[in-house]
Amino acid sequence: MNAKGTVLRYGDNVDTDVIIPARYLNTSDRAELAKHCMEDIDPTFVTRVKPGDILVGGRNFGCGSSREHAPIAIAASGIACVVAESFARIFYRNAINIGLPILECADIGKAETGDTLAIDFDTGKIQNLTRGETYAAAPFPPFMKELMAQGGLTGYVRSMLQKGGERA
Amino acid sequence: MGMTMTQQILAKKAGLPQVAAGQLILAEADMVLGNDITAPVAIEAFYEMGADRVFDKEKIALVPDHFCPNKDIKSAQQAKRMREFAHAQGIVHYFEVGEMGIEHALLPEKGLVTAGDLVVGADSHTCTYGALGAFSTGVGSTDMAGAMAMGKVWLKVPSAIQVRLTGKLNPWVSGKDVILHLIGILGVDGALYQSLEFTGDGVSSLSMDDRLSMANMAIEAGAKNGIFPVDDRTLAYLSEHHAKPPISYAPDPDADYTRTIHLDLSAIRPTVAFPHLPENTRTVDEAGEVPIDQVVIGSCTNGRISDLRVAAAVLAGRHVAVRTIILPATQAIYLQAMEEGLLRQFIEAGAVVSTPTCGPCLGGYMGILADGERCVATTNRNFVGRMGHPGSEVYLASPAVAAASAVAGRIASPEAL
Repeated sequence: MNAKGTVLRYGDNVDTDVIIPARYLNTSDRAELAKHCMEDIDPTFVTRVKPGDILVGGRNFGCGSSREHAPIAIAASGIACVVAESFARIFYRNAINIGLPILECADIGKAETGDTLAIDFDTGKIQNLTRGETYAAAPFPPFMKELMAQGGLTGYVRSMLQKGGERA
Repeated sequence: MGMTMTQQILAKKAGLPQVAAGQLILAEADMVLGNDITAPVAIEAFYEMGADRVFDKEKIALVPDHFCPNKDIKSAQQAKRMREFAHAQGIVHYFEVGEMGIEHALLPEKGLVTAGDLVVGADSHTCTYGALGAFSTGVGSTDMAGAMAMGKVWLKVPSAIQVRLTGKLNPWVSGKDVILHLIGILGVDGALYQSLEFTGDGVSSLSMDDRLSMANMAIEAGAKNGIFPVDDRTLAYLSEHHAKPPISYAPDPDADYTRTIHLDLSAIRPTVAFPHLPENTRTVDEAGEVPIDQVVIGSCTNGRISDLRVAAAVLAGRHVAVRTIILPATQAIYLQAMEEGLLRQFIEAGAVVSTPTCGPCLGGYMGILADGERCVATTNRNFVGRMGHPGSEVYLASPAVAAASAVAGRIASPEAL
């Protein structure tokens, strides 16, 4: 699995309240959530984001609430992948569970908005084609790969239920 | 290598003799929780997974607390979706408006969590039940769906930070001040992916309400869970609330901690977290002159009876200088506050008292801030736009400081009134 796209970069502690403010949580409609993605940190995000773009953050990306509406809004905006120095754990789970690719990379702060990145999810290699740099991210552990291959936890549980493993 | 208290519970629930930090496990859940915002997304995922019946209708709790009583038409639709699912599946612990309270105050009160349990909830403050000696953590809606279908959840076994407490709290200082102080030390990602395990002879002096309020905010340091040892006070609380028989776990003597933090409770001052992160803490003495527009006392962090008693002790015979909204966290707490005469004291002091709801904490309703407004709140987050307009500010504090600030019209300590 690979991705290639343009960077939209934000700082440390991007919380789920700014990714999708609670005033929009009276719906779970993907398109509606996407309209307000990142609204309280960057009202221009929705006009700038293009399908295939890569969202870059600093430390503790996605901290705060457990709202799955946050990764849903990001995915529905067309973002192909989120790369950050570190992720808050519930956001990390949610992204994996809904099949939104997500990578932790200590050096990703070197990438700027507008740079083009090429990402190999199997090796965790991130090439910054604009700057001629290469960054190393931890590749997915096998269990996460299996989840992602099945489109997230929904596909994974579906196959477990089909195998009859749910009442084991 | 010995296991931490959290690892002991996870090993038991995964059916393994031993687990180690970093290990991925599939663990059995004793309780799966959702609310009117997260459950509708989980219900969609549940049916997409091909599930038709929940794994155990007695081990799921559905609480319409965030935007309920319904704040608008869309919220009403979401609450309806959850209600219909609860009825169709025969969910035993569905709490309709009139019975419901803020979920993390309600579940312990109803005896739905006991020591040694594994609880997952599609709400980040599910970590509250660590106060009862349970492993509990927040997850997302798809996780909740998987847990409702299978009774199991995938978890990465966390390492742990030990927080060793000594001494006793001074008057007007509470568990809220301790946890804000600790988050100030750790930072908002200082315990990322880790457990916070509280220990030491200072624990026994902390009330259950103090412990619940501390475990509640473990997530604000990035922690997976916060957990307290089970002592006589825990057992008395569980017995009083008719919880299932508790199972007490304790860390192995050689348990590995990544770090130990020593806190002398007697040295902690009333503490305030300034905008826009819970780690921006200062003692109330260092707060300076901060005029405010509103005070909110309530939430899953501080809407319990002892919180209301402290607020009433400050407000009695005084009058508020700014809009003050007080939300008992459950119907039982509301009734208790009424019987103790606290509601009268609040209303005579010029505050409003609302039905239980999470409303203002997350900027839903019942106290939204305008551009440039400042609020002192006993809630748990002060991110940009958390309680309303992105240009507003939230200052996190204890009920004592919040009530004193309401009277003073600026951030104030009750000692200074």
